[in-house]
Amino acid sequence: MYHFNFQPIFDNFDMLLHGAWLTVRLSLMAMVFGLIVSVLGAVAKTSGIRPLRWLVDLYVEVIRNTPFLIQIFFIFFGLPAIGIAMSPNTAALVALVVNVGAYGTEIIRAGIESIPQGQIEAGRALALSRVQILRHVVLKPALRNIYPALTSQFIYLMLTSSVVSVISANDLASAGADLNAKSFASFEVYLVLTVMYFLLAAGFSAVFAMIRRVAFSYPASR
Amino acid sequence: MIRVFSSADVLFIVMAVRWTLILSAIAFAGGALGGMAIALARTSQRKALRQFAAGFIQVFQGTPLLMQLFLVYFGLAVVGLPINPLLAAAVALTLHASAYLGEIWRGSIEAVPSGQTEAATALSLGYADRMRHVILPQAMRVATAPTVGFLVQLIKGTSLASIIGFTELTRAGQIVNNATFKPFLVFGTVAILYFALCWPLSLLARRMETRMRRAITR
Repeated sequence: MYHFNFQPIFDNFDMLLHGAWLTVRLSLMAMVFGLIVSVLGAVAKTSGIRPLRWLVDLYVEVIRNTPFLIQIFFIFFGLPAIGIAMSPNTAALVALVVNVGAYGTEIIRAGIESIPQGQIEAGRALALSRVQILRHVVLKPALRNIYPALTSQFIYLMLTSSVVSVISANDLASAGADLNAKSFASFEVYLVLTVMYFLLAAGFSAVFAMIRRVAFSYPASR
Repeated sequence: MIRVFSSADVLFIVMAVRWTLILSAIAFAGGALGGMAIALARTSQRKALRQFAAGFIQVFQGTPLLMQLFLVYFGLAVVGLPINPLLAAAVALTLHASAYLGEIWRGSIEAVPSGQTEAATALSLGYADRMRHVILPQAMRVATAPTVGFLVQLIKGTSLASIIGFTELTRAGQIVNNATFKPFLVFGTVAILYFALCWPLSLLARRMETRMRRAITR
Protein backbone atom coordinates (compact mmCIF):
# COMPACT_ATOMS: atom_id res chain seq x y z
CA MET A 1 0.00 0.00 0.00
CA TYR A 2 1.36 3.39 -1.04
CA HIS A 3 1.59 6.06 1.65
CA PHE A 4 0.95 9.53 0.39
CA ASN A 5 3.23 12.12 1.89
CA PHE A 6 2.53 15.72 1.00
CA GLN A 7 4.37 17.13 4.00
CA PRO A 8 7.70 17.91 2.23
CA ILE A 9 5.75 19.77 -0.45
CA PHE A 10 3.95 21.97 2.05
CA ASP A 11 7.26 22.56 3.86
CA ASN A 12 8.98 23.67 0.66
CA PHE A 13 6.08 25.27 -1.12
CA ASP A 14 7.97 28.56 -1.52
CA MET A 15 10.40 26.66 -3.79
CA LEU A 16 7.53 25.74 -6.09
CA LEU A 17 6.01 29.21 -5.97
CA HIS A 18 9.34 30.71 -6.98
CA GLY A 19 9.54 28.13 -9.79
CA ALA A 20 6.05 29.09 -10.94
CA TRP A 21 7.08 32.74 -11.08
CA LEU A 22 10.15 31.78 -13.17
CA THR A 23 7.91 29.85 -15.57
CA VAL A 24 5.57 32.85 -15.90
CA ARG A 25 8.50 35.18 -16.53
CA LEU A 26 10.17 32.84 -19.03
CA SER A 27 6.86 32.32 -20.88
CA LEU A 28 6.07 36.04 -21.00
CA MET A 29 9.52 36.85 -22.39
CA ALA A 30 9.22 34.05 -24.95
CA MET A 31 5.77 35.34 -25.95
CA VAL A 32 7.01 38.90 -26.51
CA PHE A 33 10.17 37.95 -28.41
CA GLY A 34 8.29 35.16 -30.18
CA LEU A 35 5.66 37.64 -31.35
CA ILE A 36 8.38 39.89 -32.78
CA VAL A 37 9.96 36.94 -34.63
CA SER A 38 6.50 35.90 -35.86
CA VAL A 39 5.64 39.33 -37.24
CA LEU A 40 9.03 39.58 -38.96
CA GLY A 41 8.61 36.07 -40.34
CA ALA A 42 5.09 36.77 -41.59
CA VAL A 43 6.13 40.06 -43.22
CA ALA A 44 9.11 38.33 -44.86
CA LYS A 45 6.86 35.53 -46.06
CA THR A 46 4.29 37.85 -47.60
CA SER A 47 6.94 40.22 -48.97
CA GLY A 48 7.28 38.58 -52.37
CA ILE A 49 11.08 38.45 -52.14
CA ARG A 50 11.68 34.86 -53.10
CA PRO A 51 14.91 33.87 -51.31
CA LEU A 52 13.55 35.47 -48.14
CA ARG A 53 10.33 33.49 -48.45
CA TRP A 54 12.23 30.24 -48.95
CA LEU A 55 14.36 30.94 -45.91
CA VAL A 56 11.29 31.56 -43.74
CA ASP A 57 9.60 28.46 -45.18
CA LEU A 58 12.65 26.37 -44.31
CA TYR A 59 12.70 27.77 -40.75
CA VAL A 60 8.99 27.17 -40.22
CA GLU A 61 9.01 23.63 -41.63
CA VAL A 62 12.12 22.51 -39.76
CA ILE A 63 10.83 23.78 -36.41
CA ARG A 64 7.29 22.50 -36.86
CA ASN A 65 8.45 19.02 -37.85
CA THR A 66 11.01 18.34 -35.13
CA PRO A 67 10.41 17.90 -31.38
CA PHE A 68 11.06 20.83 -29.05
CA LEU A 69 13.28 18.56 -26.95
CA ILE A 70 15.64 18.03 -29.90
CA GLN A 71 15.62 21.76 -30.67
CA ILE A 72 16.68 22.62 -27.15
CA PHE A 73 19.34 19.87 -27.12
CA PHE A 74 20.67 21.19 -30.41
CA ILE A 75 20.79 24.78 -29.17
CA PHE A 76 22.23 23.98 -25.75
CA PHE A 77 24.61 21.08 -26.56
CA GLY A 78 25.08 21.39 -30.33
CA LEU A 79 25.69 25.10 -30.91
CA PRO A 80 28.73 25.37 -28.57
CA ALA A 81 30.49 23.07 -31.08
CA ILE A 82 30.37 25.94 -33.59
CA GLY A 83 31.25 28.54 -30.97
CA ILE A 84 27.83 29.67 -29.73
CA ALA A 85 27.65 28.80 -26.04
CA MET A 86 24.77 29.90 -23.81
CA SER A 87 23.79 29.44 -20.18
CA PRO A 88 20.89 27.01 -19.62
CA ASN A 89 18.46 29.86 -18.96
CA THR A 90 19.44 31.77 -22.11
CA ALA A 91 19.34 28.59 -24.20
CA ALA A 92 15.87 27.87 -22.82
CA LEU A 93 14.59 31.31 -23.79
CA VAL A 94 16.21 31.15 -27.24
CA ALA A 95 14.77 27.68 -27.88
CA LEU A 96 11.28 28.77 -26.85
CA VAL A 97 11.44 31.93 -28.98
CA VAL A 98 12.70 30.01 -32.02
CA ASN A 99 9.97 27.42 -31.49
CA VAL A 100 6.99 29.74 -30.98
CA GLY A 101 8.27 32.06 -33.73
CA ALA A 102 7.74 29.33 -36.33
CA TYR A 103 4.15 28.64 -35.27
CA GLY A 104 3.44 32.34 -34.83
CA THR A 105 4.76 33.15 -38.32
CA GLU A 106 2.13 30.88 -39.86
CA ILE A 107 -0.64 32.25 -37.63
CA ILE A 108 0.15 35.91 -38.38
CA ARG A 109 0.58 35.25 -42.07
CA ALA A 110 -2.91 33.74 -42.10
CA GLY A 111 -4.17 36.85 -40.28
CA ILE A 112 -2.68 39.23 -42.81
CA GLU A 113 -4.06 37.18 -45.68
CA SER A 114 -7.51 37.12 -44.06
CA ILE A 115 -7.98 40.85 -44.80
CA PRO A 116 -9.67 41.18 -48.21
CA GLN A 117 -7.99 43.55 -50.66
CA GLY A 118 -11.32 45.38 -50.96
CA GLN A 119 -11.05 46.57 -47.35
CA ILE A 120 -7.79 48.32 -48.07
CA GLU A 121 -9.25 49.88 -51.21
CA ALA A 122 -12.29 51.00 -49.21
CA GLY A 123 -9.97 52.58 -46.66
CA ARG A 124 -8.22 54.45 -49.44
CA ALA A 125 -11.56 55.59 -50.88
CA LEU A 126 -12.38 57.04 -47.44
CA ALA A 127 -9.16 59.05 -47.67
CA LEU A 128 -7.52 57.24 -44.76
CA SER A 129 -3.77 57.67 -44.59
CA ARG A 130 -1.38 54.77 -45.14
CA VAL A 131 -0.70 54.46 -41.39
CA GLN A 132 -4.41 54.65 -40.55
CA ILE A 133 -5.13 51.90 -43.05
CA LEU A 134 -2.36 49.70 -41.68
CA ARG A 135 -3.48 50.26 -38.12
CA HIS A 136 -7.28 50.22 -38.33
CA VAL A 137 -8.03 48.29 -41.51
CA VAL A 138 -5.29 45.64 -41.61
CA LEU A 139 -3.61 45.04 -38.25
CA LYS A 140 -6.48 45.31 -35.80
CA PRO A 141 -8.97 43.11 -37.67
CA ALA A 142 -6.13 40.71 -38.56
CA LEU A 143 -5.15 40.45 -34.92
CA ARG A 144 -8.74 39.89 -33.92
CA ASN A 145 -9.12 37.10 -36.48
CA ILE A 146 -6.05 35.26 -35.22
CA TYR A 147 -6.32 36.17 -31.54
CA PRO A 148 -7.74 32.79 -30.42
CA ALA A 149 -5.12 30.85 -32.40
CA LEU A 150 -2.30 33.06 -31.18
CA THR A 151 -3.25 32.94 -27.51
CA SER A 152 -3.79 29.18 -27.47
CA GLN A 153 -0.34 28.88 -29.05
CA PHE A 154 1.00 31.03 -26.21
CA ILE A 155 -0.61 28.81 -23.59
CA TYR A 156 0.82 25.76 -25.35
CA LEU A 157 4.20 27.51 -25.21
CA MET A 158 3.88 27.93 -21.43
CA LEU A 159 3.12 24.21 -21.06
CA THR A 160 5.99 23.28 -23.40
CA SER A 161 8.38 25.43 -21.38
CA SER A 162 8.37 22.68 -18.72
CA VAL A 163 10.73 20.78 -21.05
CA VAL A 164 13.52 23.34 -20.42
CA SER A 165 14.04 21.65 -17.05
CA VAL A 166 15.95 18.88 -18.87
CA ILE A 167 18.87 21.23 -19.55
CA SER A 168 18.52 22.38 -15.91
CA ALA A 169 17.23 25.83 -16.79
CA ASN A 170 15.28 27.28 -13.85
CA ASP A 171 11.51 26.96 -13.98
CA LEU A 172 8.58 25.31 -12.21
CA ALA A 173 9.41 21.81 -13.50
CA SER A 174 13.06 22.09 -12.39
CA ALA A 175 11.98 23.38 -8.97
CA GLY A 176 9.80 20.28 -8.80
CA ALA A 177 12.71 18.05 -9.84
CA ASP A 178 14.85 19.57 -7.06
CA LEU A 179 12.11 19.00 -4.52
CA ASN A 180 11.68 15.44 -5.79
CA ALA A 181 15.41 14.77 -5.34
CA LYS A 182 15.17 16.13 -1.80
CA SER A 183 11.96 14.46 -0.67
CA PHE A 184 11.56 11.29 -2.79
CA ALA A 185 7.79 11.94 -2.74
CA SER A 186 7.80 11.70 -6.55
CA PHE A 187 4.13 11.12 -7.28
CA GLU A 188 3.00 13.78 -4.83
CA VAL A 189 5.49 16.33 -6.21
CA TYR A 190 4.42 15.79 -9.80
CA LEU A 191 0.74 15.80 -8.86
CA VAL A 192 1.16 19.22 -7.26
CA LEU A 193 3.26 20.43 -10.22
CA THR A 194 0.58 19.31 -12.67
CA VAL A 195 -2.09 21.16 -10.70
CA MET A 196 0.10 24.27 -10.64
CA TYR A 197 0.62 24.15 -14.42
CA PHE A 198 -3.12 23.73 -14.85
CA LEU A 199 -3.76 26.82 -12.74
CA LEU A 200 -1.12 28.77 -14.67
CA ALA A 201 -2.77 27.80 -17.95
CA ALA A 202 -6.17 28.84 -16.56
CA GLY A 203 -4.68 32.13 -15.38
CA PHE A 204 -3.11 32.91 -18.75
CA SER A 205 -6.34 31.99 -20.47
CA ALA A 206 -8.34 34.33 -18.19
CA VAL A 207 -5.93 37.22 -18.78
CA PHE A 208 -6.06 36.67 -22.55
CA ALA A 209 -9.87 36.68 -22.44
CA MET A 210 -9.81 39.94 -20.50
CA ILE A 211 -7.45 41.57 -23.00
CA ARG A 212 -9.71 40.38 -25.76
CA ARG A 213 -12.78 41.98 -24.20
CA VAL A 214 -10.99 45.27 -23.80
CA ALA A 215 -9.19 45.39 -27.14
CA PHE A 216 -11.62 43.75 -29.55
CA SER A 217 -15.05 44.53 -28.17
CA TYR A 218 -16.22 46.61 -31.12
CA PRO A 219 -18.97 44.99 -33.18
CA ALA A 220 -17.83 42.37 -35.62
CA SER A 221 -18.98 42.34 -39.22
CA ARG A 222 -19.58 38.62 -39.24
CA MET B 1 36.22 7.27 -23.00
CA ILE B 2 35.33 9.37 -26.01
CA ARG B 3 35.16 7.50 -29.30
CA VAL B 4 34.44 8.69 -32.84
CA PHE B 5 30.92 9.11 -34.27
CA SER B 6 30.93 6.06 -36.55
CA SER B 7 28.50 4.45 -38.97
CA ALA B 8 27.61 2.00 -36.19
CA ASP B 9 26.37 4.94 -34.15
CA VAL B 10 24.31 6.24 -37.06
CA LEU B 11 22.84 2.76 -37.45
CA PHE B 12 22.04 2.62 -33.73
CA ILE B 13 20.17 5.93 -34.00
CA VAL B 14 18.34 4.92 -37.18
CA MET B 15 17.27 1.62 -35.60
CA ALA B 16 15.82 3.52 -32.64
CA VAL B 17 13.32 5.07 -35.05
CA ARG B 18 11.34 1.85 -34.78
CA TRP B 19 10.66 2.50 -31.07
CA THR B 20 9.48 5.99 -31.87
CA LEU B 21 7.17 4.49 -34.49
CA ILE B 22 5.94 1.71 -32.19
CA LEU B 23 5.23 4.14 -29.37
CA SER B 24 3.45 6.52 -31.78
CA ALA B 25 1.39 3.66 -33.18
CA ILE B 26 0.35 2.42 -29.73
CA ALA B 27 -0.58 5.93 -28.60
CA PHE B 28 -2.44 6.66 -31.82
CA ALA B 29 -4.41 3.40 -31.70
CA GLY B 30 -5.23 3.86 -28.02
CA GLY B 31 -5.93 7.53 -28.57
CA ALA B 32 -8.28 6.75 -31.44
CA LEU B 33 -10.39 4.50 -29.20
CA GLY B 34 -10.26 6.89 -26.26
CA GLY B 35 -10.77 9.90 -28.50
CA MET B 36 -13.87 8.40 -30.08
CA ALA B 37 -15.32 7.71 -26.64
CA ILE B 38 -14.51 11.26 -25.52
CA ALA B 39 -15.94 12.81 -28.69
CA LEU B 40 -19.18 10.81 -28.36
CA ALA B 41 -19.45 11.65 -24.66
CA ARG B 42 -18.78 15.31 -25.40
CA THR B 43 -21.64 15.43 -27.93
CA SER B 44 -23.95 13.19 -25.92
CA GLN B 45 -27.47 14.08 -24.72
CA ARG B 46 -26.48 13.32 -21.14
CA LYS B 47 -25.11 16.26 -19.25
CA ALA B 48 -22.93 14.18 -16.92
CA LEU B 49 -21.14 12.55 -19.86
CA ARG B 50 -20.65 15.91 -21.56
CA GLN B 51 -19.18 17.40 -18.41
CA PHE B 52 -16.86 14.45 -17.81
CA ALA B 53 -15.53 14.64 -21.37
CA ALA B 54 -15.10 18.42 -21.15
CA GLY B 55 -13.16 18.06 -17.89
CA PHE B 56 -10.98 15.28 -19.32
CA ILE B 57 -10.09 17.41 -22.34
CA GLN B 58 -9.44 20.47 -20.22
CA VAL B 59 -7.11 18.63 -17.86
CA PHE B 60 -5.02 16.99 -20.58
CA GLN B 61 -4.88 20.07 -22.81
CA GLY B 62 -4.18 22.35 -19.85
CA THR B 63 -1.18 20.50 -18.40
CA PRO B 64 2.24 19.73 -19.89
CA LEU B 65 2.70 16.35 -21.55
CA LEU B 66 5.96 16.05 -19.56
CA MET B 67 4.02 16.25 -16.27
CA GLN B 68 1.49 13.69 -17.56
CA LEU B 69 4.39 11.33 -18.33
CA PHE B 70 5.93 11.78 -14.88
CA LEU B 71 2.57 11.33 -13.15
CA VAL B 72 1.83 8.05 -14.94
CA TYR B 73 5.43 6.89 -14.49
CA PHE B 74 5.39 7.43 -10.72
CA GLY B 75 1.69 6.58 -10.56
CA LEU B 76 2.47 3.00 -11.60
CA ALA B 77 4.25 2.56 -8.26
CA VAL B 78 1.25 4.04 -6.45
CA VAL B 79 -1.08 1.38 -7.86
CA GLY B 80 1.55 -1.28 -7.10
CA LEU B 81 2.86 -1.97 -10.60
CA PRO B 82 6.57 -2.25 -11.36
CA ILE B 83 8.03 0.87 -12.95
CA ASN B 84 8.20 0.37 -16.70
CA PRO B 85 9.08 3.26 -19.04
CA LEU B 86 7.38 1.77 -22.12
CA LEU B 87 4.13 1.11 -20.25
CA ALA B 88 4.18 4.55 -18.63
CA ALA B 89 4.89 6.32 -21.93
CA ALA B 90 2.22 4.30 -23.76
CA VAL B 91 -0.43 5.03 -21.12
CA ALA B 92 0.40 8.74 -20.82
CA LEU B 93 0.56 9.32 -24.57
CA THR B 94 -2.69 7.38 -25.05
CA LEU B 95 -4.50 9.59 -22.53
CA HIS B 96 -2.94 12.67 -24.10
CA ALA B 97 -3.97 11.59 -27.61
CA SER B 98 -7.49 10.70 -26.39
CA ALA B 99 -8.02 14.27 -25.18
CA TYR B 100 -6.69 15.93 -28.34
CA LEU B 101 -8.41 13.55 -30.77
CA GLY B 102 -11.59 13.76 -28.70
CA GLU B 103 -11.60 17.54 -29.07
CA ILE B 104 -10.82 17.39 -32.82
CA TRP B 105 -13.53 14.82 -33.44
CA ARG B 106 -16.09 16.64 -31.29
CA GLY B 107 -15.62 19.62 -33.60
CA SER B 108 -16.03 17.39 -36.64
CA ILE B 109 -19.21 15.82 -35.29
CA GLU B 110 -20.64 19.25 -34.51
CA ALA B 111 -19.72 20.42 -38.01
CA VAL B 112 -22.30 18.02 -39.45
CA PRO B 113 -25.49 20.10 -39.88
CA SER B 114 -28.15 19.33 -37.25
CA GLY B 115 -30.66 18.72 -40.04
CA GLN B 116 -28.82 15.46 -40.67
CA THR B 117 -29.53 14.27 -37.13
CA GLU B 118 -33.14 15.41 -37.41
CA ALA B 119 -33.61 13.66 -40.76
CA ALA B 120 -32.07 10.46 -39.37
CA THR B 121 -34.30 10.64 -36.30
CA ALA B 122 -37.33 11.22 -38.54
CA LEU B 123 -36.38 8.00 -40.33
CA SER B 124 -36.55 6.39 -36.86
CA LEU B 125 -32.86 5.54 -36.76
CA GLY B 126 -31.58 4.92 -33.23
CA TYR B 127 -28.47 6.57 -31.79
CA ALA B 128 -26.05 3.85 -32.95
CA ASP B 129 -27.39 3.69 -36.50
CA ARG B 130 -27.58 7.46 -36.72
CA MET B 131 -23.96 7.83 -35.70
CA ARG B 132 -22.66 4.94 -37.74
CA HIS B 133 -24.47 5.56 -41.00
CA VAL B 134 -25.25 9.28 -41.02
CA ILE B 135 -23.16 11.46 -38.73
CA LEU B 136 -19.72 9.82 -38.43
CA PRO B 137 -19.14 9.21 -42.16
CA GLN B 138 -19.75 12.91 -42.80
CA ALA B 139 -17.74 13.99 -39.76
CA MET B 140 -14.83 11.85 -40.96
CA ARG B 141 -14.36 14.04 -44.02
CA VAL B 142 -13.81 17.07 -41.81
CA ALA B 143 -11.70 15.14 -39.30
CA THR B 144 -8.99 13.54 -41.48
CA ALA B 145 -6.79 16.60 -42.05
CA PRO B 146 -6.54 17.74 -38.41
CA THR B 147 -6.14 14.10 -37.31
CA VAL B 148 -3.08 13.68 -39.53
CA GLY B 149 -1.86 17.03 -38.21
CA PHE B 150 -2.19 15.75 -34.65
CA LEU B 151 -0.25 12.61 -35.57
CA VAL B 152 2.74 14.87 -36.24
CA GLN B 153 2.33 16.42 -32.80
CA LEU B 154 2.09 12.94 -31.27
CA ILE B 155 5.28 11.68 -32.96
CA LYS B 156 7.10 14.74 -31.68
CA GLY B 157 5.57 14.14 -28.26
CA THR B 158 7.03 10.64 -28.05
CA SER B 159 10.47 12.28 -27.75
CA LEU B 160 9.57 13.18 -24.15
CA ALA B 161 9.44 9.46 -23.32
CA SER B 162 13.25 9.67 -23.38
CA ILE B 163 13.09 11.73 -20.17
CA ILE B 164 11.51 8.87 -18.23
CA GLY B 165 14.17 6.57 -19.65
CA PHE B 166 12.52 4.88 -22.62
CA THR B 167 15.06 4.33 -25.40
CA GLU B 168 13.48 5.72 -28.55
CA LEU B 169 15.03 8.04 -31.12
CA THR B 170 15.84 10.95 -28.79
CA ARG B 171 17.28 8.75 -26.03
CA ALA B 172 19.37 6.85 -28.61
CA GLY B 173 20.78 10.22 -29.66
CA GLN B 174 21.59 11.08 -26.06
CA ILE B 175 23.33 7.74 -25.53
CA VAL B 176 25.46 8.16 -28.65
CA ASN B 177 26.23 11.77 -27.72
CA ASN B 178 27.39 10.75 -24.25
CA ALA B 179 29.84 8.30 -25.81
CA THR B 180 31.10 10.37 -28.75
CA PHE B 181 30.50 13.93 -27.59
CA LYS B 182 29.54 15.16 -31.05
CA PRO B 183 26.27 16.92 -30.10
CA PHE B 184 26.05 19.00 -33.28
CA LEU B 185 26.25 15.92 -35.52
CA VAL B 186 24.26 13.59 -33.29
CA PHE B 187 21.31 15.87 -32.58
CA GLY B 188 21.45 17.10 -36.17
CA THR B 189 21.04 13.50 -37.32
CA VAL B 190 18.22 12.90 -34.86
CA ALA B 191 16.48 16.10 -36.01
CA ILE B 192 16.74 15.02 -39.66
CA LEU B 193 15.17 11.65 -38.80
CA TYR B 194 12.24 13.30 -36.98
CA PHE B 195 11.85 15.66 -39.91
CA ALA B 196 11.77 12.72 -42.31
CA LEU B 197 8.96 11.16 -40.26
CA CYS B 198 6.90 14.32 -39.71
CA TRP B 199 7.28 16.43 -42.82
CA PRO B 200 5.48 14.07 -45.24
CA LEU B 201 2.59 13.86 -42.77
CA SER B 202 2.48 17.65 -42.46
CA LEU B 203 2.37 18.00 -46.25
CA LEU B 204 -0.36 15.36 -46.45
CA ALA B 205 -2.42 17.16 -43.79
CA ARG B 206 -2.08 20.45 -45.61
CA ARG B 207 -3.08 18.91 -48.94
CA MET B 208 -6.13 17.24 -47.37
CA GLU B 209 -7.14 20.54 -45.82
CA THR B 210 -6.95 22.49 -49.08
CA ARG B 211 -8.88 19.77 -50.86
CA MET B 212 -11.56 19.70 -48.18
CA ARG B 213 -11.90 23.48 -48.14
CA ARG B 214 -12.33 23.46 -51.90
CA ALA B 215 -15.00 20.75 -51.60
CA ILE B 216 -16.92 22.74 -48.98
CA THR B 217 -16.79 26.15 -50.71
CA ARG B 218 -17.69 24.64 -54.06
